[in-house]
Amino acid sequence: MGAECNCNCQSEMDKKVDALITENRGNPNNLIVVMAGIQEALGYLPQDVMIRVAEELNVPLTDVYGVATFYAAFTLRPRGRHSINLCLGTACYVKGAPEVQAAIEKELNIKAGDTTEDRRFTFDVVRCLGACGIAPVMTINGEVHPRVTPDKVADVLAKYE
Amino acid sequence: MTFQELENIRKSAKEALAVRLGGAPTDEYKYHVLVCGGTGCHSTGCQAVAEELEKAIADSGLKNSVKLLQTGCMGACQLGPVVMVYPGAYHYCSVQPGDIADIVNDHLKNDKIVERLCYRNAAGELQATLPEMDFFKKQHKISLRNCGLIDPVSFEEYLAVDGFAALAKVLNEMTPQQVIDEIKNSGLRGRGGAGFPTGLKWQFMADQEADQKYVICNGDEGDPGAFMDNAVLTGDPYSVIEAMAICGYATGASKGYAYIRLEYPLAIKNFKKALEVSYEKGMLGKNIMGTDFSFDIEIREGAGAFVCGEETALMASTEGKRGEPRPRPPFPAVSGLFGKPSTINNVETWANICPIILKGAEWYAGIGVGKSKGTKVFALAGKVVNSGLVEVPMGITLREVVEEIGGGIADGKQFKAAQTGGPSGGCIPADHLDASLDYETLASLGSIVGSGGLIVVDESTCMVDLAKFYLGFTQEESCGKCTPCRLGTKRMLEIIERITKGLGREGDIELLEELAYNIKQSALCGLGQTAPNPVLSTLKYYRHEYEAHIKDKTCPVGVCKIRGAKRATS
Repeated sequence: MGAECNCNCQSEMDKKVDALITENRGNPNNLIVVMAGIQEALGYLPQDVMIRVAEELNVPLTDVYGVATFYAAFTLRPRGRHSINLCLGTACYVKGAPEVQAAIEKELNIKAGDTTEDRRFTFDVVRCLGACGIAPVMTINGEVHPRVTPDKVADVLAKYE
Repeated sequence: MTFQELENIRKSAKEALAVRLGGAPTDEYKYHVLVCGGTGCHSTGCQAVAEELEKAIADSGLKNSVKLLQTGCMGACQLGPVVMVYPGAYHYCSVQPGDIADIVNDHLKNDKIVERLCYRNAAGELQATLPEMDFFKKQHKISLRNCGLIDPVSFEEYLAVDGFAALAKVLNEMTPQQVIDEIKNSGLRGRGGAGFPTGLKWQFMADQEADQKYVICNGDEGDPGAFMDNAVLTGDPYSVIEAMAICGYATGASKGYAYIRLEYPLAIKNFKKALEVSYEKGMLGKNIMGTDFSFDIEIREGAGAFVCGEETALMASTEGKRGEPRPRPPFPAVSGLFGKPSTINNVETWANICPIILKGAEWYAGIGVGKSKGTKVFALAGKVVNSGLVEVPMGITLREVVEEIGGGIADGKQFKAAQTGGPSGGCIPADHLDASLDYETLASLGSIVGSGGLIVVDESTCMVDLAKFYLGFTQEESCGKCTPCRLGTKRMLEIIERITKGLGREGDIELLEELAYNIKQSALCGLGQTAPNPVLSTLKYYRHEYEAHIKDKTCPVGVCKIRGAKRATS
């Protein structure tokens, strides 16, 4: 992997991943830190990278996989270009987030947790974004949309190509 | 930096901030204009407001007489974006970029307040300044003292509000045991939920012999409906850093970890910056302020798991593992992070430490009621007129918080219940509106203070549906390690889902209760032990709603989608 490759095929992202793994070689305590960095650089955790992480950080592969599937931040599948997070905390829930969820699912024709076929959107529901005063809240690529209602959904989504 | 150097900087910093602390404006700046940068205001467009202000101030030639800055959360999230103008603490609400010209021309140039942007209460009375506003009148800010007042990452501004004076005091004048005694005598209890006496926790660790000990900040605030830790980490990060160092000194630890959940990017950013500056200024690292005390802090970003708020799970996560709790004992004070003695406190608890050191245990113990000392921050949200963060003395009544601070129920509806303590808590019905908000009273009502989420629901909320919501949450967030939590909550959820679909059976309520008590008694950690609470408390006060779903196949408020059943109208 990586090190044996002599051509210039390595992208910037791969270099970041390389650096991250090299920095933390033999340090199992930094597993989550490394995986979070890879997730950020590549958008997901490819299988071959997980195998490499296991070898170089000296962590059993089963533990790497265990961590990858335990935390909400990690995903094993490529994500869409735009990431929608709808908050389903209590304040958002009692103020109508379930109806918003239904509207998004209908608009995109996917269920929460899925990515649209054209990889335009990945839609997730999350628990409490800590902005209960402006419920219901959703974020798209980190940008916060306050007081969302089902009839606003189509307009908001249209802003992201 | 030595004590003396610190005091010299503090002196000039205090002068620069005088106008915000109730003093007269300095020669340098006639006005201080503060834009709230809390999450609520961010999402309603405070960034555009701040940019417009900067431009308008420059265009009007006021750059040298007006100081503009962005702060952490000011509290009144419902009214954002908020702009405050000092002197006088004028509180402008829902400010849009188009309103800036008026603020600059009327207020900053001609000293005339812009009334149309000021807060008016339900009766239509003008409450232009922060101390006048109903929302703030009954509040007593200790842990939120600096949020919304200072530039969160400015070292000088933090010094101006007595920052690092507590650390200087303990290093200079107090023995570790004196520090612990001060915290013990204050009566401070952990604000993360369980309410364990903080001083006692510190004592346990101080009593341990070890080559390495750790101090941990639990910033994995995952309770739906609670956001005070976010506010403190974002708006006053130095106060947490300082408190962690004080604990390190008192308990003999040289290293701290701040575990912050990844859903709070602004908190992580500000905390990182504050850490950097603290190292630069010698408030962290080797030989702090010229003494032989050394202390380091590292950030750990959470990766998204509710159970990581549980202390043993959080430590596993910090070690790079799945965030699964483990049985106690051994307690973290004996064997915690990396198997070493560790003290773990919640963000809000940390935020109380410095004022206790500076003002004394007696002062702190004088606030509050019974065994619940000091103040508690509640994240007031749901169907109230004013939602936001409120810090109140323990012992204030629920009615005061909901009606006076919260401004009552929105849209002219009726109060139905207050859900406190998140998924670990319960509901308090209207009959108990005059209950005192403290650890003991809430426990006697079948709820808890918990992390301080306070969600108000009105008559249009179905309590069975609400219980289903919380159970769905804990079921999904169960780490799966122990059977009662993994399977028990699943079975409970299945039963409740059936009930809300109109397929409930005779005996379901009894079955729910039996499961609930079994899970409470046998689950491994706090998540499982408290997961049944929302069901038990709604069964206690709203049993008739469950019965209506099961026997009459109807949802009394029309929330649950019961097929073929007539909908009752509310």
